[in-house]
Amino acid sequence: MEQVLAFISKHQEMIYLVALMIVLGIELIEKVPSVLHTPLMSGANAIHGVVIIGAIIIMGQADDVYAKVLGFIAVILGTLNVVGGFVVTDRMLDMFKKKKK
Amino acid sequence: MQQYILDIIYVIGALSFVFGIKLLGKPESAKRGNFIAAVGMTISVFGTIFLYHTEDGAHLKNLEWIFGGILIGSVIGTMMAKRVQMTQMPQMVSFFNGMGGACAALISLVEFHHSSEGVSMAALNSLGESVTISVVPTMEIGKAIVIYLGLIIGSISFAGSMIAYLKLDEKLKDKVLPLQQVVNVGLLAVILGIAACTIFEWVEIPYALYVLLGMSLLYGVLFVMPIGGADMPVVISLLNSFTGVAAAFGGFLYDNKVMLFGGILVGSAGTLLTVLMCNAMNRSLVNVLIGNFGGGAKGGDARVITGTIKEITKSDAASLMKYSKKVVIVPGYGLAVAQAQHICHELEQQLEANDVEVKYAIHPVAGRMPGHMNVLLAESNVSYEKLVEMDEINPEFRTTDVVLVVGANDVVNPAALNDPASPIYGMPILHVDDAATVIVMKRSMKAGYAGIENELFYNPKTRMLFGDAKKSLTELVSELKNA
Repeated sequence: MEQVLAFISKHQEMIYLVALMIVLGIELIEKVPSVLHTPLMSGANAIHGVVIIGAIIIMGQADDVYAKVLGFIAVILGTLNVVGGFVVTDRMLDMFKKKKK
Repeated sequence: MQQYILDIIYVIGALSFVFGIKLLGKPESAKRGNFIAAVGMTISVFGTIFLYHTEDGAHLKNLEWIFGGILIGSVIGTMMAKRVQMTQMPQMVSFFNGMGGACAALISLVEFHHSSEGVSMAALNSLGESVTISVVPTMEIGKAIVIYLGLIIGSISFAGSMIAYLKLDEKLKDKVLPLQQVVNVGLLAVILGIAACTIFEWVEIPYALYVLLGMSLLYGVLFVMPIGGADMPVVISLLNSFTGVAAAFGGFLYDNKVMLFGGILVGSAGTLLTVLMCNAMNRSLVNVLIGNFGGGAKGGDARVITGTIKEITKSDAASLMKYSKKVVIVPGYGLAVAQAQHICHELEQQLEANDVEVKYAIHPVAGRMPGHMNVLLAESNVSYEKLVEMDEINPEFRTTDVVLVVGANDVVNPAALNDPASPIYGMPILHVDDAATVIVMKRSMKAGYAGIENELFYNPKTRMLFGDAKKSLTELVSELKNA
């Protein structure tokens, strides 16, 4: 138990950040018209592709085959998430642009 | 020096996510928002590749593999995203979401391997020859929690998203196991139990990490399996926020603020989005979490509706609409499934050529995702002004001559207003029965996803037009042209 508390104390900066981000995320979404929910979900989907940074760090430090293979797959999947996510969102939003003419 | 630059890049990246999401929330700036977030992501990724230093000051290696992976991912991702049909957008989002979840799970796997390896080597040095050291307990507990949770959530998100993808693609049917809820809750409890036992060293479980991986994947499958196709938006949104949380755990692991920022932001925004969707459908999130909705929903208590159904021929329907002043089209899930949005727009143009005022009534949860109807209809060039949201269109039904319901069911079910026993009681609906005539286009008399009868079909004002939405609409258009 103490270890857990120590961990929290050690990372309290992060915990402040997390709390603020949660509030910010809620605030940002609250007033969005339902029309934009799908593109927004898709855009948010692309943003959590930031997990790719973890994959890059892993791949960049990998020495053995296990880490190299899994790291390589992780980089590919993470890129799919980021690139695919942003491109799909962009295509969806193109639809919205058209209708404003 | 390089580390400082990387820190600044991460700050810019994190802010670009915040502003990106902010701008995505307004139609006029949404495209810019997406672009800004993409730029922030790009500089964060390349900043990491070139400027990241490990604890002992080394640069990242295996650059050829990193670039190779990014190249492969980019090419495949762009191709998939460019080729996908607008109607298949939800499953595409689900697929990409699953990729992110899998990425998070893989990071946990490798990181566990990595950390445990380092520890056992140190032990070897100090003890001489002893190598039989249990690896998990020597890991810092906080780090273990982060790794295990990242693995569990990432795997659930991956498996769940893949099932959602396959179901929306109609490659998988809904399946409800006996005692599904008990099984789901039980499995989740076992997963958390094993994780807790391993992290806090209560019991030693061999290969706990891989057992957890397998069980989490299984849970992801069971979690999404029983949920009906029309409910998928809620699930995708929820899994989206799961992946966000998994990414945030990665941020904890590497003390990487941009990962933490992006992950938590999506986690909280995605959760709120999920709740908003649940509210629009009058379901509680708890119900969603234990898999208590979809095909197996209990509609038994709802009263039995008796009455007669009146059908209408296509030519009658066409002439009825042609001589109306105002027609409101209510598109639903069925329109998306039948991919009938283009022909629907054609019908609208034909009617307008006959001086009929045409509008679309958009229920917040119509289609496969909130706002999906708007995207689909916008794709077929339906003008923005014609898409009217529920609260604005409801008073207009009184002055409407014909309402054409295309593949929508529960969003026009009066039981939501007047039958407290109904599972959808309390959900706001479109008051189509205020109009003079309602034409309902439907494939069959099958109930909607809530599994309940719709008394609208038995309303004296209602005429049923059975058949595939696309086919029926095509025939209506040609009837209008010839009439």
